[in-house]
Amino acid sequence: MNWFKYAAPQRFHPLAGRAVPWFGVAAVLLAVAGLAIALLVAPTDFQQGDAYRIIFIHVPAAWMSMVLYMAMAFWAAMGLVFNARLASMLALALAPTGALMTFLALWTGALWGKPTWGTWWVWDARLTSELILLFLYIGFMSLHAAIDDERRADRAAAVLALVGAVNVPIIYFSVQWWNTLHQGSSVKLGGSSMAAIMLVGMLLMTLAFWMYSFAVVLARARCIILERERHAAWAQGALA
Amino acid sequence: MNWPSFDAFVAMGGYGLYVWGSFAVCALAFAVELLALRQRRKALQALPPADAAGQGAGA
Repeated sequence: MNWFKYAAPQRFHPLAGRAVPWFGVAAVLLAVAGLAIALLVAPTDFQQGDAYRIIFIHVPAAWMSMVLYMAMAFWAAMGLVFNARLASMLALALAPTGALMTFLALWTGALWGKPTWGTWWVWDARLTSELILLFLYIGFMSLHAAIDDERRADRAAAVLALVGAVNVPIIYFSVQWWNTLHQGSSVKLGGSSMAAIMLVGMLLMTLAFWMYSFAVVLARARCIILERERHAAWAQGALA
Repeated sequence: MNWPSFDAFVAMGGYGLYVWGSFAVCALAFAVELLALRQRRKALQALPPADAAGQGAGA
């Protein structure tokens, strides 16, 4: 199978269209299972009480905020280096969902911080670098929207995305590099400091967020393709 | 099942506001994103067909 043929928006559009419902169904099924464990099955934490249940959406949202940024920077770079239109469109399609995940990580973090730390917000390295990530997403979208020529906008926004990518490892390692109020990671390969059922619930929710992101980003990419390529005969056919 | 009653489930051990505030805003955010995406797809039909003048130089 020659995957490069799907670099053509004309070929990618129907392929993505077939994939979206499957990712959507997977997201719903995983979320139902994950939420059942998160809210019904998992026991109350002996230290944090039931406030800890926020972890089941906080951690998946925070992971996705970083993963989606790296994906956005990767496709933006592909668009920049190889002058590939579809890659730039994918980067643009990733940005709103990434920004949403970043907002949710910050929001749920604030609601978790209040009962456990006694404060909604603190300027520690983890929280501050995650806030910068939100600004990078917003900056990427604003810069792209501010330039009329699509390909010039793609290139300018790609440079911003690439420079901002340095922030992602800073977020990830911030809890090791600096003294933060935010705790270190509970999930590590070969020995997590969490009860098994809690870990299963969190992984299910993470997969649900992942599938949701695939579905939404591909659906948005389809919109962007048609918005940009609607002069083409095939696009007129797809719109009709 | 972790809960003795529905009230206990809602109360979340006294952390109901924080837990439900997190899950509700999460659900709301996804719903808004899905609705916005639907609007964007519908708006495609209303877009004027692109003409030569509408094409960027680098397209």
